[in-house]
Amino acid sequence: MRFFDLFELPVSFQIDNDLLLERYREIQKKVHPDNHANASENEKLLSVQRAAEVNDAYETLKKPLNRAEYMVSEHGFDVRHEQHTIRDGMFLMQQMELREELEEIESASDVEAAFDRFYADIKKLMDEFTEKFESEFKQASYESAADAVRKLRFIYKLKDEAQQLEEKLLDF
Amino acid sequence: MALLQIAEPGQSTNPHEHKLAIGIDLGTTNSLVASVRSGEAKVLPDSQGRFSLPSVVHYGADRTVNVGFAAKANAENDPENTIVSVKRFLGRGLADINSTYGKLPYIFVEKQNKLSLLTSQGEKNPIEVSAEILYVLKQQAENTLGGDLVGAVITVPAHFDDAQRQGTKDAAQLAGINVLRLINEPTAAAVAYGLDSGQEGIVAIYDLGGGTFDISILRLNKGVFEVLSTGGDTALGGDDFDSKIVESILAKAGIDTELSAKSLRKLADLGCKIKEQLSDTDSVDYEIEIESQTTPQKISGSFSKQDFENSIADLVKSTLRSCRRALKDADVEKEQVLEVVMVGGSTRVPYVREQVKAFFAREPLTSIDPDQVVAIGASIQADLLAGNKPDSDMLLLDVTPLSLGLETMGGLVEKVIPRNTTIPVARAQEFTTYKDGQTMMAIHVLQGERELVDDCRSLARFVLKDIPPLTAGIAVIRVTFNIDADGLLSVTALEKSTGVESSIQVKPSYGLEQFEIADMIKASMTNAKEDIQARMLREQQVDAIRMMEALDAAMSESPELLSEDDKLAIEQAIGKLKLTTQGTDGQAIKHAIKFLDDTSQPFAARRMENSIKVALTGHSVDAV
Repeated sequence: MRFFDLFELPVSFQIDNDLLLERYREIQKKVHPDNHANASENEKLLSVQRAAEVNDAYETLKKPLNRAEYMVSEHGFDVRHEQHTIRDGMFLMQQMELREELEEIESASDVEAAFDRFYADIKKLMDEFTEKFESEFKQASYESAADAVRKLRFIYKLKDEAQQLEEKLLDF
Repeated sequence: MALLQIAEPGQSTNPHEHKLAIGIDLGTTNSLVASVRSGEAKVLPDSQGRFSLPSVVHYGADRTVNVGFAAKANAENDPENTIVSVKRFLGRGLADINSTYGKLPYIFVEKQNKLSLLTSQGEKNPIEVSAEILYVLKQQAENTLGGDLVGAVITVPAHFDDAQRQGTKDAAQLAGINVLRLINEPTAAAVAYGLDSGQEGIVAIYDLGGGTFDISILRLNKGVFEVLSTGGDTALGGDDFDSKIVESILAKAGIDTELSAKSLRKLADLGCKIKEQLSDTDSVDYEIEIESQTTPQKISGSFSKQDFENSIADLVKSTLRSCRRALKDADVEKEQVLEVVMVGGSTRVPYVREQVKAFFAREPLTSIDPDQVVAIGASIQADLLAGNKPDSDMLLLDVTPLSLGLETMGGLVEKVIPRNTTIPVARAQEFTTYKDGQTMMAIHVLQGERELVDDCRSLARFVLKDIPPLTAGIAVIRVTFNIDADGLLSVTALEKSTGVESSIQVKPSYGLEQFEIADMIKASMTNAKEDIQARMLREQQVDAIRMMEALDAAMSESPELLSEDDKLAIEQAIGKLKLTTQGTDGQAIKHAIKFLDDTSQPFAARRMENSIKVALTGHSVDAV
């Protein structure tokens, strides 16, 4: 089952999130185990499997990084599970600098302002590589599109780490 | 003239007849049962008109078992044999209990990872003790509703882990209750409120009970209750408020020696009483006689509201920390929260209400009795699952509260399913061998948020066997983790090169094995002089009828998905089942059910696929 087909949406990174959510709810109303509580054992099992698949499809299309990963995976690039080293020296240098910036936040005089600056830097990179992914994907250059997704994975991971640090430092 | 049809007693001929289903709130301190009658969800009182049953079980030396008020009255005289707040021990080990709860007046026994309490009637597992409470509630419901129940929805704290959920379900099975679904307490409360107000948007449910705390953030939209995130603490509740008071009283009196079980129980009761009184007064005077190293000693004094608030401030603060995290996990700002709902007896404490109000900058909702709201919500869901409301638009989409992971090299945990993932969910992970010719592989499943194995809760360990002996790294084993709509975990494994599949029963570290449950049911039957054969037969008959009704409805709903051959085969299987059900051979009924189930499988599959198309386009697609 292809996820975009399930929700009857065009294969595109730009997605109508409201429509996705609405269709997700409509489908779950039909397949969810709560609507098959009185059914035969086979049907119950079928319903749990179907509902789990629909949840997975929704989760995948909802989040931008998951969506991009899924789109290139349909063209044979499993960036999630592959062992692949990025060889783009410029990009790696940039990553190192960002990591240093993150490490220094802890000792910044105004921690919150430092986080804001960091998130703004990350956002810029995210936009850049998301755009790159989209244009390469549209031109069917899946190899380069996958490369952009690999870089996006780095950037999202950095954002996660920043959020964890923020949680720790700002007493969440 | 048409002949009157007379049904067997208890067997319905009309699939649209109202079925009796209940919602049970199995609480730490009190338990309730509710049901929807004439369209209204209400808590069912006992014969004396009381709505809540104290979750207390007393095992008397004379072999009697008392549950509820009678048992509670015994707590002080016979503390070792009066089990209070047993919910706290479900799915837990001794080390856990000792470190979390400190001094308790019970004699715990732990053998091979199985925890029991030693009573005058022998060892009792927390699951058995819980079953006693559930059994009384079931009886109470049957007496009030006047008939057999098709099943129950039982609520659990949202933050319960797999072992605690499985323990609850096993307890229901022991009590002879068909569990329609386990649902989370805050979600049940949201249902009770949501259906009342018909509101749409984000709501926060703050649920502080006797022993557990939950916070859930939900999004309500056209009957869909979508849980965005949940957080909490399964070992934080009103009981802890009581012990803070006790600690403070003992500290003031300068007592730090071991106390007798009787004194511990007396003190706990005193703590609870002081807490309750401080909701209405500013100060409470107390006087109590306790035994410290067998010398009786009287302590007295006065406890003020300020003392109380100082002693629980840290606990309340930690609940607010959970709220902040849950909001963040849901990606929701405080300002977006439309309503804050208060659930659980401990939200009666004025200080708790004030703090929650200040945190969300909004007056919390308390219009439904915080003690009853969970049971009421559960009964609404039970009514729906029983099939009494075929046209309902309501749907609960809940999440798993804790991340599920696997142990990897070096004692680290790799997450497979992150917390707050919508259930049901299935996720696969692939493994390979690291030695040539390796035929077995040990897998350790953990639940929790931390990175180290030692900081997470161990759910299960199992060994994958019969891996074909190949060069290291060649065999690929795909392990799939499934969390069903009850939030329960199951695991299947598949070796890819041979396609050999094996399913693994996840044995919760502190639960019961299926055969132990069967043995316990048998033992309880012998005691009650009930006939186990009769019960099994009755259960099979009920199953058969339910199945035939469901298929009847399905066939008349979508005849276009049935070929003539399918239809004939299903009708024959139904005919066979009908005939068998009139007999007394339980085993034969079981086989006939299975046969009908298998025969109708392709039809069920077509209906499922078709329903998705219908959901999106509004009209059915011919699939035959």
